[in-house]
Amino acid sequence: MSARATTTLAKALNMGLRSAMERDPKVLIMGEDVGKLGGVFRVTDGLQKDFGEQRVIDTPLAESGIVGTAIGLALRGFRPVVEIQFDGFVYPAFDQIVSQLAKMHARSLGHVRLPVVVRIPVGGGIGAVEHHSESNEAYFAHTAGLRVVACSNPADAYFMIQQAIASEDPVVFYEPKRRYWEKAELDPEATPMPLHEARVVRPGEHVTVAAYGPMVRTCLEAATVAEQEGRSLEVIDLRSLSPLDLPLLCASVERTGRLVVVHEAPVFLGLGAEVAARVTERCFYSLQAPVLRVGGFHLPYPPARLEEEYLPDLDRVLDAVDRSMAF
Amino acid sequence: MTMASEIEGSQPAHHAAGHPFGPPAGPAGDPPLVQLLTPEGERVEHPDFPLEVTAEELRGLYRDLVLVRRVDTEATALQRQGELGIWASLLGQEAAQIGSGRALAPDDYAFPTYREHGVAWCRGVDPLNLLALFRGVHHGGWDPDEHNFHLYTIVIGDQALHATGYGMGLTMEGAESAVIAYFGDGATSQGDVNEAFIFASVFNAPVVFFCQNNQWAISEPLERQSKIPLYQRARGFGFPGIRVDGNDVLAVLAVTRAALERARAGEGPTFVEAFTYRMGAHTTSDDPTRYRLASELETWKLKDPIERVKAHLARTGQADTAFFAAVEAEADELAARLRHDCLALPDPAPLSMFDHPYVEPHPLVAEEREQFGAYLSRFAEDPASSSSTEGR
Repeated sequence: MSARATTTLAKALNMGLRSAMERDPKVLIMGEDVGKLGGVFRVTDGLQKDFGEQRVIDTPLAESGIVGTAIGLALRGFRPVVEIQFDGFVYPAFDQIVSQLAKMHARSLGHVRLPVVVRIPVGGGIGAVEHHSESNEAYFAHTAGLRVVACSNPADAYFMIQQAIASEDPVVFYEPKRRYWEKAELDPEATPMPLHEARVVRPGEHVTVAAYGPMVRTCLEAATVAEQEGRSLEVIDLRSLSPLDLPLLCASVERTGRLVVVHEAPVFLGLGAEVAARVTERCFYSLQAPVLRVGGFHLPYPPARLEEEYLPDLDRVLDAVDRSMAF
Repeated sequence: MTMASEIEGSQPAHHAAGHPFGPPAGPAGDPPLVQLLTPEGERVEHPDFPLEVTAEELRGLYRDLVLVRRVDTEATALQRQGELGIWASLLGQEAAQIGSGRALAPDDYAFPTYREHGVAWCRGVDPLNLLALFRGVHHGGWDPDEHNFHLYTIVIGDQALHATGYGMGLTMEGAESAVIAYFGDGATSQGDVNEAFIFASVFNAPVVFFCQNNQWAISEPLERQSKIPLYQRARGFGFPGIRVDGNDVLAVLAVTRAALERARAGEGPTFVEAFTYRMGAHTTSDDPTRYRLASELETWKLKDPIERVKAHLARTGQADTAFFAAVEAEADELAARLRHDCLALPDPAPLSMFDHPYVEPHPLVAEEREQFGAYLSRFAEDPASSSSTEGR
């Protein structure tokens, strides 16, 4: 009998959190409004009712306090899963994440482990006010000691959140907020792939298009349109931003000879820059064109009425594919 | 009956709130100071904090004070001789650290700043670890759980939240132990310390916030941090605060014990302000002559935390000259051992820096380690086992 069902990404995360909490009594959820309300995106819906206020903790409204106390709880042997309400609200906790969470294992010469997950709803496209649409993954991927992953679909969301909780290292876990309500099939009994491996989500021949989080679907749509024009795009969901799965990416580029990297975050010093440099180093003789990047501009995230212009979309991905093919 | 409730029962009339940790009766400029041993070495009683201390315990505290000061002196000398990169001296704060450190039960957990050498001593951390840290050998080589003494935290105030989270965990487990968070007067301005007060308060966490008010945050006097006595801050967060003579090891011991007992009894956090003085520079890189008067130091020298214990021991006949000489000799031996061991500390092997960034394998770290090892092997026969001097 199959347990397959169609579910939203938010519900898949909820199921994954529930599963992790059932499996390990040390798993805690902490954050603003995660209890009775179930989080502003309802990702923790119903968990406090079933696991109690000791394990699903509505915290004071202070992000540094949330992460800092989560570190203390982890020092006592708990596995806290922290919810940052919106991407732009993580900065008050930046010091605790970068100076403490990331560095404690190294500082202690390996004595201390901090298995903390910091969940961050990320990116734009929901018409929000300022600070609610940012993509700040590069800050954390740049920081040694953190692992950074980004889910793009319900099945990955369900498995990746559990794998992140099981990780002995701290994990920054990005959730594509504009995809929270998108549905897809989820089989909870499937065997998940390793957390830090990328995946070819659509095989192709002419250009490799690498993305993660909310941009994966955009790139798949671009590939569908490109196919009608006779161009075969291979779409890769990177899934893990630190570490990067370069072997899979390079194997693809060695076949296609072309790579376009797509993310919502500003292009300058974004993940695409690192991917471009690494792939160029490893696949120099396979490349038919320079690695191209599509992403946000070097601007503060614009007001919502401009975000459709700011965010990479199907056409900007195809434009980059055209430029790559023209070399 | 818990100690806290015993104390509550012995409340004096002058405390408006009817609690030894209650708000002060006097004006803000003249806060009460719990003291059990005067600077002259005279034992005095305090109605809220009775303390029975045997001659042996008193001699033990004296020994602790002398030894940690000797460690501190040796470390400063090692820095001056180029053997440590920097040293943060505890000079003047020995009583605050030994008094609070000796108040801890074995299962209690301490979260230090980078200056808690005296507390580290009480928790059984070999001072060599502290020298190694300031020498640049590691960032903290002890196992925190072995000593219930967390790693030194250098970012001001960050550890207050770690202590609070740890305390929340104790509550969830129903454990009957407490946490003590150390920080200084400057740290009370940090957001993280204030957030720790809030979290500890609303979750009723068993935390003692132990503030060593040494009057100076590098060059900035207390007036730049607060317009009210620091212990009064606690009231606004919903828990009691108290000021204790931080140079009086007995008063610090008694007050910290009561605060820890209160935490263990489920009565929540307490703020203890140990009123003391940083008799040395902020660190060996600092020059206090640029911002404070020498006469201030002279005034505080009269309140020295060690001299008053020595005077009391001698006057009451609880120790003789042979005892004092033996402690001095032990201090010299300890210093000599530390100096020898410090100079003998090997620099870590270059590739060891790749050992612990992550618990689980990380391909980028593995790749960089391999590449750097190969690079080094062009200069040395066996880079993995060579000392770093060969790699430089």
